[in-house]
Amino acid sequence: MHGFGIILQRDLRIALRRKGDVLNVLVFFVVVASLFPLGVGPEPNQLRAMAAGVVWIAALLAAVLSLPRLFAADYADGTLEQMLVAPQSLLMVVLAKSAAHWLLTGLPLALVAPLIGLQYDLPIETLGVLLASLLIGTPVLSLLGAACAALTLGVRGGGALLGLLVLPLYVPALVFGAGAVGATLIGINPSAHLSLLGAFLAVSSLVGPWAACAALRVALD
Amino acid sequence: MLETRELACERGGRRLFSALNIALDAGGLLRVRGANGSGKTTLMRCLAGLTRPDAGAVRWRGSDIGSLGDAYRRDLLFLGHSPAVKDDLTVLENLEFSCRLSGAEIAVEQIRHALEQLGIAKLADLPAGYLSQGQRRRTALARLALPRPARLWLLDEPLAALDDEAIGRVSSLCAAHLAAGGSLVLTSHQEIAVAAPGAQSIELGS
Amino acid sequence: MNSTLFHYASPQIFFPVAGKLIPWFSVLAGLLAIAGLYVAFFVAPTDATQGEAYRIIFIHVPAAWMSMFIYVVMAGWAAAGLALNTRLSGMMASALAPTGAMFTFIALWSGALWGKPTWGTYWVWDARLTSELVLLFLYFGFIALKGAIPDPVRADRAGAVLALLGVVNVPIIYYSVQWWNTLHQGASVSLTRSPSMAATMLLGMLLMALAAWMYSIATTLTRLRNIILERERDAEWVRLQRTAA
Repeated sequence: MHGFGIILQRDLRIALRRKGDVLNVLVFFVVVASLFPLGVGPEPNQLRAMAAGVVWIAALLAAVLSLPRLFAADYADGTLEQMLVAPQSLLMVVLAKSAAHWLLTGLPLALVAPLIGLQYDLPIETLGVLLASLLIGTPVLSLLGAACAALTLGVRGGGALLGLLVLPLYVPALVFGAGAVGATLIGINPSAHLSLLGAFLAVSSLVGPWAACAALRVALD
Repeated sequence: MLETRELACERGGRRLFSALNIALDAGGLLRVRGANGSGKTTLMRCLAGLTRPDAGAVRWRGSDIGSLGDAYRRDLLFLGHSPAVKDDLTVLENLEFSCRLSGAEIAVEQIRHALEQLGIAKLADLPAGYLSQGQRRRTALARLALPRPARLWLLDEPLAALDDEAIGRVSSLCAAHLAAGGSLVLTSHQEIAVAAPGAQSIELGS
Repeated sequence: MNSTLFHYASPQIFFPVAGKLIPWFSVLAGLLAIAGLYVAFFVAPTDATQGEAYRIIFIHVPAAWMSMFIYVVMAGWAAAGLALNTRLSGMMASALAPTGAMFTFIALWSGALWGKPTWGTYWVWDARLTSELVLLFLYFGFIALKGAIPDPVRADRAGAVLALLGVVNVPIIYYSVQWWNTLHQGASVSLTRSPSMAATMLLGMLLMALAAWMYSIATTLTRLRNIILERERDAEWVRLQRTAA
């Protein structure tokens, strides 16, 4: 656990000195979510029906945008290499960086999402479910995203390739997360959706970090 | 202490070295020489456990480094090509992180003392992004001046971008390490003035 | 047994073996395809509700089966490569991917062609087609990642990690898409709700599936030979091959 704390603290400290990076992701999220009404028209019923999906997809895209930052900077300046040569479990390193990524990306997105929901005229009860679904779902983005970010380290065409790799893997989170809000809208209890989302989070927290460790070792070979 | 058996590695379809046998004892120095691209860095990374060799094994105190895992890395200090310094952290914070990562809790005064030994004590509270190349390398090398249990130093081009004075300081740090029973493997284009009895040298790419 | 396996794991040894196997599998594929198509078009009865158009099922379903089967096989070879550090395993995975992607594509196309005469629309977001679409993206991702990494050993290993990540997620993705479909659709538009299986229909699909399997093996081995020649081009035996030919 010691290594986890050290790396988490370091990543958060660096992020606080580069606040711009975190804010950019949030602004991107809001911009994308605001584009949809411009594209499909302002009819409130239509927007309300789309809202869950739009918010979730905008969150996914914002997360994908922030993924390269997970390992790329450390890879470029050699600090990642030092983490592999240190007497620290690589799994702890990956978990710490994923946790930092979530605190700086997923959590802010989840907290801002209800505001977007209001823009789409979602009823208040659904806003709570929207927040909950994103709070459970965004860690998945960090965990699976870490694996794909590690796979594309130093590879040409990184950003778009990273999106291609990770977005299909996010499909279950999107289905269960947006589905939870959609269910609440039509009066169904979202607990089934949220439990499935939770189960997916559990699976991702096993599979994602394992794959990220393997991919990091391959990238630094 | 450190030995390799029939170590072989190929990169990009080229065989860099094969059937390489090294034996390095406590207090021993090994210089790795060779032209650019001859495989010096690859060899260092194999020794550090970063790169998987295509054949052969690396052993530390008789055990394979793969099975030793963290036990080997606790004894190891590896400095690669990049100084491994984060631009957004101060010099002091960078070294603090590096210490804690290796499992040691070292007081701030000791870190400042180490910086003094490398002649960059004045830069301690400056974000590393403002440093020159030579100053960043000195920050990385300050780790050599810290009280650490690392018995094996693997230094890849440690003297790059350094002036004569700094080279002198690093050489004396290396000499002290060897005298205390540590082992040192280094690659360097420049001659490092460390007198070590029985210093070995291998040439790659010949 | 172990040493025989490792003996054939050398690209140099396996190259001529693959060459000898290819004609056999090609012939088998051809024969099975003829048999399957015969059953599909002449033996299986006309469907009461869907008429003749349903016969596309004999292409659509086997293609969908193969697309998933090949992904699992590919992931298996990838895992073998990671565990045993054999070059041939990585090459095998690379050789399988385009064939798998092709069958996914065929499944999607045949689904579209089925949809138009039956329900008047080329695309329906039913569970199977949507899952196939996501599987296609997974194949593209695998091929793209391998293509983007210049060093073949690193490309093989990275691809292997991705394939294993994918293979664990494919059942979850499939399940989530099923869930999504049952919640949103409720309509009768569903390619998965195939007409009731007469025994002959099942026979036809099995024959076509076997034909597709033999074909896959033949194409994969052919592609594998090309990959071996390309990757081992500096080896002595490849140079001898080229001068002899």
